[in-house]
Amino acid sequence: MTALQALPRTGISAAEIAGGRRRRTARRRLVVGILAALIVVAFVVSLCVGQTTYTPGDVLGVILGRDIDGASFTVGRLRLPRATLAVIAGLCFGIGGVTFQTMLRNPLASPDIIGISAGASAAAAFAIITLGLGATQVSIFAIVAGLGIALLVYGLSFKDGVVGTRLILIGIGIAAMLDSLTAYVLSKAAQWDLQEASRWLTGSLNGTRWSEVVPVVIALAVLAPVLLTQSRNLSASQLGDDAASALGVRVEHTRIIVIIAAVGLIAFATAAAGPIAFVAFLSGPIAARIVGPGASLLIPSALVGSLLVVTADFLGQYAFGVRYPVGVITGVLGAPYLVYLIVRTNRSGGSL
Amino acid sequence: MTTAHTLHAQNLTVGYGTRTVVQDLDLRVPMGGISVIVGANACGKSTLLRAMSRLLAPRGGQVILDGRAVHQTPAKELARTLGLLPQSPTAPEGITVADLVGRGRHPHQGLFSRWTPADDQAVADALTATETAALADRPVDELSGGQRQRVWIAMALAQQTDILLLDEPTTFLDVSHQLEVLDLLTDLNRSRGTTIVIVLHDLNLAARYADHLIALTDGQVHALGTPAEVLTEETIRAVFGLDSRVVVDPTSNKPLMLPLGRHHTTVER
Ligand SMILES: Nc1ncnc2c1ncn2[C@@H]1O[C@H](COP(=O)(O)OP(=O)(O)OP(=O)(O)O)[C@@H](O)[C@H]1O
Ligand SMILES: [Mg+2]
Repeated sequence: MTALQALPRTGISAAEIAGGRRRRTARRRLVVGILAALIVVAFVVSLCVGQTTYTPGDVLGVILGRDIDGASFTVGRLRLPRATLAVIAGLCFGIGGVTFQTMLRNPLASPDIIGISAGASAAAAFAIITLGLGATQVSIFAIVAGLGIALLVYGLSFKDGVVGTRLILIGIGIAAMLDSLTAYVLSKAAQWDLQEASRWLTGSLNGTRWSEVVPVVIALAVLAPVLLTQSRNLSASQLGDDAASALGVRVEHTRIIVIIAAVGLIAFATAAAGPIAFVAFLSGPIAARIVGPGASLLIPSALVGSLLVVTADFLGQYAFGVRYPVGVITGVLGAPYLVYLIVRTNRSGGSL
Repeated sequence: MTTAHTLHAQNLTVGYGTRTVVQDLDLRVPMGGISVIVGANACGKSTLLRAMSRLLAPRGGQVILDGRAVHQTPAKELARTLGLLPQSPTAPEGITVADLVGRGRHPHQGLFSRWTPADDQAVADALTATETAALADRPVDELSGGQRQRVWIAMALAQQTDILLLDEPTTFLDVSHQLEVLDLLTDLNRSRGTTIVIVLHDLNLAARYADHLIALTDGQVHALGTPAEVLTEETIRAVFGLDSRVVVDPTSNKPLMLPLGRHHTTVER
């Protein structure tokens, strides 16, 4: 390879480029560090604080397997699986959401808007309530439905290439249909249970058991690294298919890997916690605001998602006197942002 | 050395869906110089560039770079030798100039490999060469059309390929910025020996800057040669269906095409 002989003009040095890049990396690291620390704090608080409050020492004892009167049950059997699922599901929603938003170059194109979460949720509700299946089968049902819906939405919006707005509108329609399917499944349930209903319609962590948490942890451990290996390809494909291919990205290949991994994460998390409203949709844009443009958002967005779910679940349980499921809280946060985005798209002359 | 490469389309047939755009095209791209492709709208110029850089799979025939079919070459490996600046790339929202130009380093980086001093140097050189260094920290969406175009060229330069294909790099630019971009590409060709292939619509600029002029009609090479050989009244009539006079440009000694419309013409058509 020939090195470019710097032409004698007003220029910039490699050191300056490196400096700017280092500043951005430092900012991203700082954000990631702070978010991770906040998640740890929120996690510990939600283990300690509740109807009865335990010291962090007691909580640590329970985690290490010591038998502590009262705490072993409340913390070990109730709070710990619940808080763990909150952290893990939040990571899944956050990273899955931003992946879709980046790939389709549109913040509205997140899996909870375009029907993928709704599909996974309807399938999971059907598998549990109508068929009475266990956690693993439920996850399989959810992921197959999630991938099926992704394919369906993509297929229906394909006409000389996929146009973002068409895909989003079709996705919103399909999501509405799937939500009514979920409501139908719930209405046919033998014993009508409000907890169960709120889980499949807005997402809830009530009564989380370890058997529901484990598949999500495994999914995250397997699929998140797959997404991270695609991080650079994903950034390059933001330049458009032609420019990305010219940079050596195998665009179709990247798209398939990324869709399967992201849908998988969303589906596993949804099978356990329901489609926690708007977390996938909100995490990416929030992360983008904090990290600044240009950097990969996968990890920051995962952390934002996690922090959102843990915090919202804690607030839902204790902040209002009445216990609200987590999805109600995140829904209240997300809905105004959705309206804002649609208004902005209209103003900027978008075809939505 | 860039002249050590060969790039050759053999019997190339390419199309979209059911329609064929380029049919049985043969083209040996001259190495080491600047080649300019001209032709009417929709004659297949962009399609040809896309096929040459592995973006479109051929229906028939093949494109051979250094003795190897580009569709059998791993994408990243190809992208270290052959670059393409497409007709309408999109900049991610909010991205800064330095970041966008940095994306040009993609084929030189592994999955997780760290950013190297060579990457920084390539970005700095590309910004300097395109005179966009002062814009390094500005968001791309806030630039003028001409500045933006130079930033995209900087991204292609940061890729440091020996062969660079550019699809209409001068659209949106005023005449002086068009010249500036073409001068810049000429500098690049003269200083690094980069082989440059440009699609241009302005025949007179094409004649002035091309070492080799390639005229396409209906997905076929109609003529290839020096500007003086290709830019003739007959060729222009065959390729564009346009009557014209060709004279010698006193400022460059290259052919200069004067189009004859139905109005305002004092010579006989
Ligand atoms: N993605 C696509 N899908 C289907 N047809 C396409 C596609 N891209 C181009 N075409 C068609 O292929 C033909 C050649 O297009 P191409 O873009 O190669 O023309 P061009 O010579 O670059 O034209 P222009 O000067 O307008 O850029 C046109 O008829 C066009 O409609
Ligand atoms: Mg074109």
